[in-house]
Amino acid sequence: MVRGARREAVGAHYGLSDWLMQRITAVAIGLYVLLLLGILLLTPGLDLAHWQNIFRSQMFRVATFVALMATFLHAWVGMRDIIMDYIRPTAVRLTLEVAVIVALLAYTGWAISILWGGR
Amino acid sequence: MAGPQSADSSARPASPGASGASGASAAVRTRKVYRNIDIGDLAHYRLPIPGIVSILHRISGLLLFLFIPLLLCVLQASVNADAAVFHGLYGQPLVKLILFVLLWSVLHHLCAGIRYLIMDVNHGATELKAGRQSAAIVMVVSVALTLIVGLKLW
Repeated sequence: MVRGARREAVGAHYGLSDWLMQRITAVAIGLYVLLLLGILLLTPGLDLAHWQNIFRSQMFRVATFVALMATFLHAWVGMRDIIMDYIRPTAVRLTLEVAVIVALLAYTGWAISILWGGR
Repeated sequence: MAGPQSADSSARPASPGASGASGASAAVRTRKVYRNIDIGDLAHYRLPIPGIVSILHRISGLLLFLFIPLLLCVLQASVNADAAVFHGLYGQPLVKLILFVLLWSVLHHLCAGIRYLIMDVNHGATELKAGRQSAAIVMVVSVALTLIVGLKLW
């Protein structure tokens, strides 16, 4: 890893990209949650049929997918922070990090099947 | 940067001429100084409110990650399944309880996250007083929003 003055803003693994990723995904998730809260609080007599009707919109499915992907990237950075803080042995740390990555990839496939797989 | 351990050095300088200065420094002197705290000390350590918001931000984030499978199950049932299947899952008291905790987790994580984003761009928000006030606001607003949304949903 390059240290000191030779660091570049676009260089690899200084931690800045993770920090930035955490914040960009946070804004995306925050906007989607505010949208959801708006729907939940402002729709009079919201029921399951109404909810399913919202999800018939292709735009809403895409927005949901983007929000879920942002959530999974956000969760990766956050979980890695937690693992690095509390787990010292390299083997355990690596195992947990791989488990988180595999879980998030599986959730990605699951999310696609929920949104576009039908019943 | 381990300085001398006397309480005097860790006490903030009292404002000059303040009549309560001697009383305040006496209060600081009697407070136990924690250094390199043991896990057993956590029960006695009074975390300041920004610290409470910080650790709750971490705990709520961990909870949300651990319960992603449940949330996806509920999403799947709510979007694709018949009403009976959805209510069979959603109607269970344990599921409702967990979802209520997760609702608070989302809202606390959101409010605390907005606070941190503000602190990133406005360093005035990281001052002690402003930080304490905004931390208290986060606690109150996230609980209030949880109750409002929870009442609407259930």
